[in-house]
Amino acid sequence: MKVAIIQFPGSNCDWDAEHAVDQILGVPAKRIWHKDSLPGETEAVVVPGGFSFGDYLRCGAIAQFSPIMTDLKNFADKGGQVLGICNGFQILCEAGLLPGALIRNDCLDFRCLNQSLKVEDSNDRFNRSKIGNSIALPIAHGEGNYRVKDSTLEEIEANKQVLLRYQGNPNGSIHDIAGIRNRDGNVYGMMPHPERAIEAHHPCLDGIPVLQSFLEPLQSARPAELASS
Amino acid sequence: MTDPSMTSLPPNPDPCLNVEITPELVAQHGLLPEEYENILQILGRIPNLTELGIFSVMWSEHCAYKNTRKLLKLFPTEKKDKDSIGQVLVKAGDENAGVIDIGDGWGVAFKIESHNHPSAIEPFEGAATGVGGIVRDIFTMGARPILLTNSLRFGDIENPQVKRLFRGVVSGISNYGNCLGIPNMGGDIYFDSCYEGNPLVNALCAGILRHEEIQKGAATGVGNPVYYVGPGTGRDGLGGASFASRELTEESAADRPAVQKGDPFMEKLLLEACLEMMAIPGLVVGIQDMGAAGLTCSTCETASRGDSGIEIDLDLVPQRETGMNSYEIMLSESQERMLVIVNRGRERELEEVFEKWDLHAARIGEVKEGDRMVVRQKGVVVADLPAKSLTDEAPIYDQPSSEPAHVAQARDWTVDSISSLPANEVTPALEKLLAHPTIASKRWVWKQYDHMVMSGCTVEPGSDAGVVRLSIAGLDKYLAIANDCNNRFCYLDPYKGALIAFVECMRNLACSGAKALAVTDNLNFGNPNKPEAYYMLKECVKGLADACAHFDVPVVGGNVSLYNEHGEGSIDPTPVVSMVGLIDHADHITRSSLSYPGQSIILLGDLPHELGGSYFLQTQYGLKEGVVPEVDLGAEAKLQNFLISKIENGLISCAHDLAEGGLLVALVEMLFGESPLGATVSIPSLGSSSRLDALLFGESQGRVLIGVSSEKVDSVLNEARDGGVPAQVIGQSTDGQELLLTVNDEEIVRSDISKLQKIWEDAIPSHMQSV
Repeated sequence: MKVAIIQFPGSNCDWDAEHAVDQILGVPAKRIWHKDSLPGETEAVVVPGGFSFGDYLRCGAIAQFSPIMTDLKNFADKGGQVLGICNGFQILCEAGLLPGALIRNDCLDFRCLNQSLKVEDSNDRFNRSKIGNSIALPIAHGEGNYRVKDSTLEEIEANKQVLLRYQGNPNGSIHDIAGIRNRDGNVYGMMPHPERAIEAHHPCLDGIPVLQSFLEPLQSARPAELASS
Repeated sequence: MTDPSMTSLPPNPDPCLNVEITPELVAQHGLLPEEYENILQILGRIPNLTELGIFSVMWSEHCAYKNTRKLLKLFPTEKKDKDSIGQVLVKAGDENAGVIDIGDGWGVAFKIESHNHPSAIEPFEGAATGVGGIVRDIFTMGARPILLTNSLRFGDIENPQVKRLFRGVVSGISNYGNCLGIPNMGGDIYFDSCYEGNPLVNALCAGILRHEEIQKGAATGVGNPVYYVGPGTGRDGLGGASFASRELTEESAADRPAVQKGDPFMEKLLLEACLEMMAIPGLVVGIQDMGAAGLTCSTCETASRGDSGIEIDLDLVPQRETGMNSYEIMLSESQERMLVIVNRGRERELEEVFEKWDLHAARIGEVKEGDRMVVRQKGVVVADLPAKSLTDEAPIYDQPSSEPAHVAQARDWTVDSISSLPANEVTPALEKLLAHPTIASKRWVWKQYDHMVMSGCTVEPGSDAGVVRLSIAGLDKYLAIANDCNNRFCYLDPYKGALIAFVECMRNLACSGAKALAVTDNLNFGNPNKPEAYYMLKECVKGLADACAHFDVPVVGGNVSLYNEHGEGSIDPTPVVSMVGLIDHADHITRSSLSYPGQSIILLGDLPHELGGSYFLQTQYGLKEGVVPEVDLGAEAKLQNFLISKIENGLISCAHDLAEGGLLVALVEMLFGESPLGATVSIPSLGSSSRLDALLFGESQGRVLIGVSSEKVDSVLNEARDGGVPAQVIGQSTDGQELLLTVNDEEIVRSDISKLQKIWEDAIPSHMQSV
């Protein structure tokens, strides 16, 4: 196992993420229950989509207190690769691993569609890999409206932390932001679902390079050091 | 009415259970005097209030099918051809849902169920808990749910109340299903004033499981413990099953406590915990969802199926309100609860699973010898009934029926009473049809549903059928799902209307490349005590049963919802037909839209010629009239076999069936792809009706438009001739975004496709903007 997929009560894209990373991209992945600790051999973590704890209170608000979050924070602090997709992005924001928060879509309804996205110059391997300038990835969320205070927004933009922007904003996100990274470039969060765009029967295959760029540094990681707490 | 010599159970500590059972109280419980006499016979004494309540819910139409059980026997429940795929593994009515074989040791459990009355009163919660209930029926069977669809009916969309119901229902479905993470593949939605005040919300779920994973809902093994799992019981949904089995009235809004409140997060935990528990070999003996009639139904049904007795203690039932009496606990329809019977000595294994998921698992009783269902509270027996009397001995009625006058009138109506549409009015008529919410795009609805979760969505909602890849089972096979029922046809001719619902549904699957395997049906009708309403029910069931037998597609389960009435009478008969089909290979999947210019458009089946019952009559003249189109089951079978085999041979690249709005609507819908195309279409004659409107807008059955690449046209035409399927090339797709239609060399339509598509796409959103 190299990639840990964290399963919270209410996660519902955990199987999808495991299937994508393990079966489709061929990187050994395993689901880890939120009450367990992060296995020592973990080289990257995916926080999958869903409705952790029913999204009660605020999306991601309760999951941040799950036992595994201590391990996850340590892992990220040591430079471990973390990707939050959809609810996973919301959780990472609530946990303070990424700046900002995600609130209700401005249309007030859930939106599920194949969304056109612009890949930003994030000064990062993300946009230096084989991802094109414009891609499409499925979105499926009711609370994907990205908000952040002005000063942080300026920092995010100045540091080129925006990974993806919506082309045709579906939820009212500020600066059309669909995905960001942290300043160090090891924690990613995005509302779109790359794991839903990787197989022939999917609307497109643009999720493959997105996931690959996230998994790329695995070869050089030092797992024992990352996961020890 | 009561024999004074009869006694009751000893006095209960709860004084409200010692009330005298009066005829008024019996009537309030929806029981007829003769039914009450029957109860006295069975018990040999007077029931107490709790027992009366138990009989009332178990003998309601919702649980007992007392007005329909005889009719339902007409449905074939097994395949005649024992060598074909799709054999029935669990038959209709035997368990919580039917199961069919899909090969490779895998099976599919699926079922549709109504939540009409709750949704009429409280649309969001009514629809949400409808989804929750059907999902529990599926995972109770041991299956992992893999898709949802809905069949929805609303009144006139102009009515603000209807908009409120429509928005609430869609949002309830979206909220519950999305949270569960089961892809919702859309379904069918019709708008007709007959549903004003009484919308229909039918929810379907399908799940996948290994043959050996099939679970039973039977309580067997004397001494085996009975567990209650899931959240605590409250006073919500009290007597929901009886509520669903009477007409909605002005006062129904006061029944709001009879509508349950859903918690999709709880359901997700319950789903995962139950699947995890059922994966432990030999642990679970029986499992049943606490749906309609809650704890009552699950205990007496599991005991009855297991030929056992069962005893439970209500003091052990997790409760989230204080001071609940036995009547309330037994009749509550609090959601997301299950009854589980496990092998004695293995209790810890169950408890550990539920501890992991932070859910209650309370041991509330055990399986007993004999046949009694015994309920205790505070050390006193509060109900002691023969379990089978509640299930197998429920009354069965054969109601009087008589043909409603409008059915005879429809047969006599002729289209000659209106003059044929002149050529210059065709485009405006087409635009009116495209703007009708039944025909218009439903994107506003299904973009609120997560149809891509679980990574399997292959053909998204909006095509003739939804298709999901069975990736979760590790299979490179595809399950297709379609729902259908045109109420207008059923209203005018219930027998033929039901036949059409079946053949259209099956044709939708064939247009997607899928072979139909089995049916689940939801019979939505009016009050069966009205002879006219019962006639419609009977005829529809006959029609559906005949179609099932003809195509050897069995019914593996379903639901009956009667008493659907509004101010002016019964709803139109609505026997919703849902069918699952299988596609063996990715290359054999077809969509309904043309994808590139230069494709030939071929009409399979003769030129349409019947206007009876059509949407054109509705949008143009406000009429629900006429002779319903003929159904030729033999021709239909040839057409569908041809479609599937030529799709598999790679000759057909897309297919769309002619349904509401007829040929012209089907044609333009095929051009509404992601990048709209144009088409040049030329029809050589008016066909047998000699009427332009009947040709372009008639809803004759057994017609399909297909897209074929130019080099394959000759093969398709030759093979159609050999297969006895009428076929003619009527046009080509073009890249000009213009539709040019000539009939008999006369130009009839010259329209911009993007303009038509905008009318079709914007119709529902523009209605919904104002709420």
